[in-house]
Amino acid sequence: MSWIAECLSRVTRPMRLRLRRTVTTLSLTVLSPSVLAVEYNMPVGVTAVSREIHSLHMIIFWICVVIGIVVFGVMGYAMIKHRKSRGAVSASFHENTRIEILWTAIPLLILVVMAVPATATLKDMYDASESALDVKITGHQWRWQYEYLGEDVAFTSSLATPREQINNTAAKGEHYLLEVDNPLVLPINRKVRFLTTSADVIHSWWVPDFGVKKDAIPGFINEAWTRIETPGTYRGQCTELCGKDHGFMPVVVEALPEAEFDEWLIARKAEAEAALNDAGRDWSLEELMEKGEKTYATICASCHQPDGQGMPPAFPSLVGSAIVTQDMQAHIDIVVNGKAGTPMAAFADVLSPVELAAVITYERNAWGNDTGELVQPAVIKEQLSQ
Amino acid sequence: MASEQPRKAVLQASESEGATAGGAHVGEGHGSAPRGMLRWLLTTNHKDIGTLYLIFSLSMLFIGGIMALVIRTELFQPGLQMVQPEFFNQMTTMHGLIMVFGAIMPAFTGLANWMIPLQIGAPDMALPRLNNFSFWLLPVAFLLLLSTLLMEGGGPNFGWTFYAPLSTTYAPPSTSFFIFSLHIAGISSILGAINIIATILNLRAPGMRLMDMPLFVWTWLITAFLLIAVMPVLAGAITMMLFDINFGTSYFNAAGGGDPVLFQHLFWFFGHPEVYIMILPAFGIVSAIVPTFSRKRLFGYASMVYATGSIAIMSFLVWAHHMFAVGLPLVAELFFMYTTMLIAVPTGVKVFNWIATMFRGSISFEPPMLFAIAFIVQFTIGGFSGLMLAIAPADFQYHDTYFVVAHFHYVLVPGALFAILAGAYYWLPKWTGFYPHEGLSKWHFWLSVIGVNLTFFPMHFSGLAGMPRRIPDYALQFADFNMLSSIGAFLFGISQLLFLVVIVKCARGGVRAPACAWEGAVDLEWSVPSPAPLHTFEIPPQTRDGQIIR
Repeated sequence: MSWIAECLSRVTRPMRLRLRRTVTTLSLTVLSPSVLAVEYNMPVGVTAVSREIHSLHMIIFWICVVIGIVVFGVMGYAMIKHRKSRGAVSASFHENTRIEILWTAIPLLILVVMAVPATATLKDMYDASESALDVKITGHQWRWQYEYLGEDVAFTSSLATPREQINNTAAKGEHYLLEVDNPLVLPINRKVRFLTTSADVIHSWWVPDFGVKKDAIPGFINEAWTRIETPGTYRGQCTELCGKDHGFMPVVVEALPEAEFDEWLIARKAEAEAALNDAGRDWSLEELMEKGEKTYATICASCHQPDGQGMPPAFPSLVGSAIVTQDMQAHIDIVVNGKAGTPMAAFADVLSPVELAAVITYERNAWGNDTGELVQPAVIKEQLSQ
Repeated sequence: MASEQPRKAVLQASESEGATAGGAHVGEGHGSAPRGMLRWLLTTNHKDIGTLYLIFSLSMLFIGGIMALVIRTELFQPGLQMVQPEFFNQMTTMHGLIMVFGAIMPAFTGLANWMIPLQIGAPDMALPRLNNFSFWLLPVAFLLLLSTLLMEGGGPNFGWTFYAPLSTTYAPPSTSFFIFSLHIAGISSILGAINIIATILNLRAPGMRLMDMPLFVWTWLITAFLLIAVMPVLAGAITMMLFDINFGTSYFNAAGGGDPVLFQHLFWFFGHPEVYIMILPAFGIVSAIVPTFSRKRLFGYASMVYATGSIAIMSFLVWAHHMFAVGLPLVAELFFMYTTMLIAVPTGVKVFNWIATMFRGSISFEPPMLFAIAFIVQFTIGGFSGLMLAIAPADFQYHDTYFVVAHFHYVLVPGALFAILAGAYYWLPKWTGFYPHEGLSKWHFWLSVIGVNLTFFPMHFSGLAGMPRRIPDYALQFADFNMLSSIGAFLFGISQLLFLVVIVKCARGGVRAPACAWEGAVDLEWSVPSPAPLHTFEIPPQTRDGQIIR
C-alpha cells in the first residue's frame, strides 16, 4: 500500500504549486490580453507564411466571435424575454422564406470573403521552387534524420531529455521533452526546401514558428519550405501518432545567420570526413564500449530498456539472448537490416559504421553478457558496402 | 459495476409491464411470451430492443469514460505517473472506438427503435427478427474488442483512426480480432439501418406523408442511408488491412508497392459521413424538444429537412479535410477547403431555425430543454472551431493538436451526447410512466455543463500553444491547461453517476406522467399511454398533417 501513498504525495506536491501557478496565469490572462496572445494562442512565428497563417486564424476567430455574439445574443434575449414564467404567450409564425434565404446568403458571403486570402496563402505555401538549400527529413520510430542534400552531411536527432526526468525521479528542465542531441541547423533569409519521408510508419514534422507541418509517409516524398527571418532556436514535435514514443520525438531547429551557417556546414563536413577515416582504424574494447553505451542510450534504450531487459513480447530482452551472446553475424544482421514484421528497424542508414560496431559490441558485453567479443567498425563498413 | 443497477431496475419495470402485455399476447393466440433472460434474448419487440440498445450504450459510455479518466489521470501533470506509453495508446484508441461505435451510435439506434414506430404510428419495426439480431451482434462485437486488451501484445494502440502501416505492419497481434469485431459492429449498423428505412418508408400511419414526419424520423431516415453507403467502405478498408496483416498483400505497404495514403482516403470517405451519422439524429432530437418547450411550432420545417439532406450529400465531398497535411495536390486542398466551408451553411441554417423557434415562444426550462439549449450553444462552439479548421492554411497549425481534440469533443460530447441525454429526459416519462426527478436532473445538468466545458475548453488553448494529440507526456508550458482539463473530466465523469441514479429512480417510481407528458408536445408518441404498453398502434391511426384525426 505504500506505493499509493507515494503516488499521492508525488501528485499532490507539485499539484499545489501548479495550482497556484494556474490561478496566477488565469488571472493574468483575464487582466492582460497580450499574455493570452503569447502563451495560449497560435504563435505569430518567424516567417512570412506563419504570419499570414496567424492573421487568417485571427480573422476567422473574430468572425466566429461576432457571429457567436449575434446568435447567442438573440437566443439569450428569447430565453429571458420569452419565458413562460414571465407570462410570455407564444406567437404562431413558423415560416419565412425571405429570412431563410437571407441567413443562407449572408454566411455564404462571409465564407467567400474568407476563402480569398486563404487561397492566396495556400498557393504561397505550395510554391517550394527556387530553394537555396534542400533538407531531406526522414521519420524513424522515434527520431528524425536530416540530410543536407548535395552537401554530404547527415545526422539523426533524438530526444535528449533524460529518462529520470520523464519518470519523475529528477527535476524537469526548462525544455523538457522539447530538446534533442543534434538540432537541425538552418540559415536565416534563405529559402529552405524540406523533403519529408519515413522509414517505417507515418510521422509528421512540425515547427509552429515556421507554419510548416508536413506528414512523413513511407514511400512518399512530400515538399514544404520556409524562409526564417530571425535567428534562434525553434521547437516542435511529431504530430502523427507513430507508436509507443510518439510523444518523445521532438523537432528542434537552430536558425543561424548566413555566414555562421556556412561555417557550421564546413565544420560539419570536415567532421563527417574525419569520422569516415576513423572507421578504418582498429578500435579497442574500451573505446567501443564507451561509444556504444551512449549510442545504446539514445537509440536502443527506449524499447530494449536501459538495463537490456526489454518489454516482452513486443521488445525482447537482450540479456543472455541467443542472438546477442552467440551468433555474431546474426547480431550484426538484425541491427543493420532490422527484422521484417516487427518494430525492429534497420539501422544501416541511421547509424555510422563506428556507432553500429560500438552498439553491437556494447550489447555483447553489457549487463553480464560478458562475451568479451568485439566487432571492428571496418568489418561493418565492409559488410555495408556489399 | 455501477451499470448493473439500472439494468436490473429497468428490467423489473419492463417485466411487470411485460407481464400484463404478455397476457394480452396469450389472448391473441401467440402462445406465452418467454420470461427472464430468454425474454430479452428472443424479444422482437421494438421497445424491448430499444431498451436493450440504450442499456448497452450506457454501459459502453461508462467503460469508455473510465478509459478517458485513465488518459486524463496520466495527463494531469507532466511526466509519466500512472501508465506507460504503450498502455496509454491502447486507452486513447479503445476510448475512441468504444465511444463512437459502442456508446453514441447504439444510443441513437436505441432511441430510433423506441421512438420511430411511436412517432409514425407503426405497431413495430418492419423487420422485428432482424432487429433482435442486429442488437445481439453488438455485445459480441464489443466483448471481442475489449478482450484484445488482455491478449499478448495488448489491444489496438494505433488510434481510433487506425492509420496504416501503424495498424498493419507495426500493429500488435490482436489487430485481426479488432478487425473482426469492427466487422460485426458494422453488420449490426447496416442491418439496423435497413430496418429503419424499411420501417419509415412502409409503416407510416395512413395519411402521414414524408413531409409530415417529425424531424427525428427524417434525420434518422437520412442517417440510415448514410450508414448503408459508408459502412461497406469501412468494411472494405479493414478487410484490406486483414489481408495485409495475414495474407501478405501490400495494399497499404509502401515496401510492396502499396499506398499508405489510400488507407486514409478510404477511412475518411467512411469517417466523414460517420461524423454526420453521429450528429444528424441529435439534430432530430433537438428539433423535437425545442418546439415542445417553446410551445411553438418548429420554425422552417421544410428548410430543416432540406438542410439535413444537403449536409448528408455534402458529407461525401469533404473527407480530405482530415488530410490537409498528407501532401495533397494544391487543387485538391482548395476543393476540400471550399466544400468544407460550404457545409457550414446548412448547419448554420439549423441553428438559426432553432433560435427562431424559441423566439417569441413561451419557453420553460425543464431538464430536456436545458440539455437541448446547452446542445445548441456548445454544438455551435464546435461548429465555429470546425469553420476555423476548414481554413486549410491555418489547419496546418491546428492539425493533430489538442485544438482538434477540443473541436470534435465539442460536437460529440456537449453536442451529440447532450442531445442523447436531452432525448432520454424527454422520453423517460413515456418509457417508465414517471417523470425523472427534477432536482437531481438539474444537478446532473449543471454539473455536466460545468464539467464538460472545464474539460474541453482549455484544450483549445493547449492545442493553439502547440500540444500534439495522442501524447502520454507533454512539455511544461502545457501543464496548467492539462490540469484544468483533468479536473473537469473527473467532475464530468462523476456527475454521470447522477444520471444513473435518475434513471433508476425514474424506473422505480416518482411523479406519474400522463399520456402527453409535456405541455407543448404534439408528436404521435404522446397519444399513447405512459408508460407505453408493449404493443401500440395495433390498429393504424388515421392522420392528417402529422396529427391523429380518429
